[in-house]
Amino acid sequence: MSFDPAPSFDIDVVLARGQLEFPVRVAGGGGITALVGPSGQGKTSTLDAVAGLLRPLSGHIAVGGTVLFDAARGIDLPPERRAAGYVFQDLRLFPHLSVADNLLFGWRQAAPERRTLALDEVAGFLDIAPLLARRPHTLSGGEAQRVAIGRALLSGPRFLLMDEPLTALDPARREGVIALIARIRDAFALPVLLVSHQQDEVARLADAVVEI
Amino acid sequence: MLLSAQEWGVVALSAKVSGVAILGVLPLAFALAFALARGRFRGRVLLDALVHLPLVLPPVVIGWMLLVAFAPAGPIGAWLWRLFGVTLLFRWTGAALAAAIMALPLMVRAIRLSLEAVDPRLEQAARTLGAGPWATFWRVTLPLCAPGIVAGAVLGFARSLGEFGATITFVSNIPGETQTLPLAIYAALQVPGSDATVLRLAGVAVLLSVLALVASELLARRQGGKGAHVL
Repeated sequence: MSFDPAPSFDIDVVLARGQLEFPVRVAGGGGITALVGPSGQGKTSTLDAVAGLLRPLSGHIAVGGTVLFDAARGIDLPPERRAAGYVFQDLRLFPHLSVADNLLFGWRQAAPERRTLALDEVAGFLDIAPLLARRPHTLSGGEAQRVAIGRALLSGPRFLLMDEPLTALDPARREGVIALIARIRDAFALPVLLVSHQQDEVARLADAVVEI
Repeated sequence: MLLSAQEWGVVALSAKVSGVAILGVLPLAFALAFALARGRFRGRVLLDALVHLPLVLPPVVIGWMLLVAFAPAGPIGAWLWRLFGVTLLFRWTGAALAAAIMALPLMVRAIRLSLEAVDPRLEQAARTLGAGPWATFWRVTLPLCAPGIVAGAVLGFARSLGEFGATITFVSNIPGETQTLPLAIYAALQVPGSDATVLRLAGVAVLLSVLALVASELLARRQGGKGAHVL
């Protein structure tokens, strides 16, 4: 296993959701950092803030030494310049595009030097090669999940954000996705920030667990 | 249904007037729909009301307003004449302008509905995948609402074909120049013994309108699935 020796996720922010304010502090090492805790405590908001979809009230966010947000220094990179591989809980595959075009959506936007993976490689790795010509609405939950992961990987991310990657899956599929996330960490050396409320399952997977 | 050469001329002129009207006004309709669906600005309600004005005003009032504005001495008419040497008055281009204005509210409504049906979470996903606001618009927003845009255009085309009051007020009823389908039916009704002409032209009007409505409804359903309607 080759982990990034530098601290991966350095998050210290105050998030607003409605009238409530959540302070969130995460100091992850390399590998997989899991955010756990009861729902409604701002776990998904934290991922949104790291991806640039939610602006924190204050604080800073850095990943692998790159500052993505710093209220004091007036830094707030737009989402498209953060290189986050975000696997949403609701997946958000593009309904008007084939599986192949979904997978290549971020790849086509990426600068050539960030296109470190090829479609065939990722499709083989995730076992979705037979699905490439299909539309997202014809996929099973597990298939759609793997396509969403593949789309994030192909966009040339510097880190991965995964929101409850196990909840939509039946128990048999969960084992497969857990193994897959471990393989992604080891094969691509990407820091992963993962949200889950299923303590036991993520505890096995994570290199660090942060309670929110 | 067999039409005389003159009647075919009326149908062809109607198609030209409506086609030019819709293609010309489509970008404006989209921009207005986008501003109303997504914009958060002062005066949004006022803009909304203004866009809907042709739907609720008597068409003859719209025609009169156009006449005042585009007459040779009018504010826009004088300017057009001085700069380009053109006038819209009593021209088929004027008929197209009247048709475009009368079709605008329907088109804006259809396009706005389709824009509001685009899931903003998909646009967020596109942004995290490296697409900037423009790329997101071209690759996600526009393709997702394209059926609604086409539906709005078809609906607007049907509305344009039927445009009467604003047209006859603004550009009069000149055979071969501004005499579109409804105006030709009106003219024929003034002449005793032209029942057959009226019947044939009315038949064409019904046929074209029904086809356009069915087409736009099918397109809207193709986009939104459940609950998506133009009508």
